[in-house]
Amino acid sequence: MTPGFKEGTKTVPSNLPCSRKRVGAVEWREIAKSVRSAGGRLFALWGTDDRDRDTCFRVFAVYLHSSGVAVVEHEMEGGTKPTYPSLREYFPSALRMERAIFDLLGIKSIEPDHRGWLRHGGWPEDAFPLRRDFDCNNQFAAASAPYPFVQVEGDGVHEIPVGPVHAGTIEPGHFRFSVVGEKVLRLEERLGYKHKGIEKLFETMAQKEGHRLAARISGDSAVAYSWAYCAALEAATGTICPHRAVQLRALALEHERLANHLGDLGALGNDAGFAFGLTHFARMKEDLLRTNQASFSARYLMDFLVPGGVASDLPNDAPRLLLDRYRSFEADLNAMRNTYDNHAGVQDRFRETGILSQETAYNLDAVGLIARASGIPHDLRSDFPWPPYDKMKVKVSSQTSGDVAARVAVRFDEVIESLRICRALVAELRSGDIATVVPDAGPGLLGIGAIEGWRGPVLVALETGSNGSIRRCHPHDPSWQNWPLIEYAILGNLVPDFPLINKSFNLSYSGHDL
Amino acid sequence: MINTLSRMIRTGILTEEVPRAPKADLPIGNLQEKVRKILGRALCIRHLDAGSCNGCELEIQALNNPYYNIEGIGIKFVASPRHADLLLVTGPVSVNMEEALKRTFDAVPDPKLVVAVGDCGACGGIFGKSYASRGAVADVIPVDHTVKGCPPSPLAILQAILETIQTTA
Ligand code: SF4
Repeated sequence: MTPGFKEGTKTVPSNLPCSRKRVGAVEWREIAKSVRSAGGRLFALWGTDDRDRDTCFRVFAVYLHSSGVAVVEHEMEGGTKPTYPSLREYFPSALRMERAIFDLLGIKSIEPDHRGWLRHGGWPEDAFPLRRDFDCNNQFAAASAPYPFVQVEGDGVHEIPVGPVHAGTIEPGHFRFSVVGEKVLRLEERLGYKHKGIEKLFETMAQKEGHRLAARISGDSAVAYSWAYCAALEAATGTICPHRAVQLRALALEHERLANHLGDLGALGNDAGFAFGLTHFARMKEDLLRTNQASFSARYLMDFLVPGGVASDLPNDAPRLLLDRYRSFEADLNAMRNTYDNHAGVQDRFRETGILSQETAYNLDAVGLIARASGIPHDLRSDFPWPPYDKMKVKVSSQTSGDVAARVAVRFDEVIESLRICRALVAELRSGDIATVVPDAGPGLLGIGAIEGWRGPVLVALETGSNGSIRRCHPHDPSWQNWPLIEYAILGNLVPDFPLINKSFNLSYSGHDL
Repeated sequence: MINTLSRMIRTGILTEEVPRAPKADLPIGNLQEKVRKILGRALCIRHLDAGSCNGCELEIQALNNPYYNIEGIGIKFVASPRHADLLLVTGPVSVNMEEALKRTFDAVPDPKLVVAVGDCGACGGIFGKSYASRGAVADVIPVDHTVKGCPPSPLAILQAILETIQTTA
């Protein structure tokens, strides 16, 4: 436990060990400092407008430390200019989250960079969507102003603006490169294009329907988010899911990891000029999605998890089908890994490209897959295993080189480990119910759901309202921490290597922009 | 190299038959021929994500896998809207992407087709209209065809594309 955190804490309902503490402005920073020096990490940061209840705004910081999750809460009087101390000094990734908090709530961290992050001019400067008196259905004419990118000056430096619309079937975001010749001197990202008001929308939904929106925060992580949401609600209501439901959820989560990793492994081969890799991995991914259709009744599991359990059971012949599929995947994977490892051209592009050193990764708060490829071996499934992972002994993959090759290797390892977990889940599948009834939670409860998705840990913080409503819901994607890292990994690399490096991170725009 | 070749041979050709457009009267016949007749060349598609959750993108990407192999029937994805005949738009239109969507639409040369993909593209989906979302694609630019689903399957997207060409022909 982090020093200074123990006194005055309360337990928070969660699928992980979780405690909560209220602090003043000074302690807000002191705790951050002590978490940092004890090797803990910033998990999420958000704000709330509670002026209707007690005239205050609040900010919440969530940390991951050696014995679990810590929620730290700081309140400020709701005068004309509410402020709180920035956490950026200890956790650089806090900066963008603080900018987002300002855009949505109008509470400012004491910190010089206040350029709009999620607000691009789509709503007035003095309107704050997450305030209680802001109506979600308000529509405004957009009034966009130029964004002040940081300028790099010097002989022969020029800028290359890319996006928001990119030349492929991918999500929108803007990248501003400052280059000399082909070399990148600086990259500045601008995100927020996909902001579609998800947090505000949650507040219009019932507790029992929020999982549907959660699954659509980032479609490639539908299971991770809907599980995190359900875990938060189930913890708040003291609901215990039937064991079979929990096993099926884990199976779905591992299939999600498999689908994304297979897709990325193919796309990475393609970006390295090896189309054969793309063809084979795309074939395997399609085989997996068809297996999903046969076992879970959907290719993408947007509606598979429901509060209290899962929506449908496996058909009788599914276990055999699944085991056959896993067996053929394992053979294919070993062969493909061999092919990648022994292909000089592919290795030449992968190795020493887009290096994120362990030191930079640590200092800049890397999480999930990206952290594991830079020698920081954290995975919630192993650090704080929640059921059914408490029986799984998940092996955490880690690499130290921090380059594209390392991110490829971690994906290969994780696919193999996922297949092992899937086989074990299918073999141990219990019979019984697949769902239980979840009662409405009373008002004012906070539940935290945290799940290791394929990108890294996702979090859903759910605060209940009266009559089964949602008062506030904050989802957090690991991409918040990892986006700024690409700005470092690209330095000194060539512009044409950017697609490869970016793909090796494969971060979420939608999950970040909310 | 030997390994790569032997894998290719062992895997063989996986491409499946092109689906029939469900509502169109015309049989598909030789689709490639048809596309060529209408356009004189391959049908060029530009995809634009106007604010999706990224689910629809994954199914559009799947169209390029060997099972669907759409390049084999004369449809290809292009990098610039200026080279496109058809704009495939996903997502509810986020307020922050409205301008980019309009500009991309304008950049596609006439005559042009627009297909809105997914529940979100077709009607705003779960996100609907709000301070941050303009809702359906048709509320921002003219749309010729929509395909529902969350996300719609690659087959459904392909059928919608085929239907759009056929009904326009
Ligand atoms: S239709 Fe569904 S999958 Fe497609 S963007 Fe909307 S929520 Fe995502």
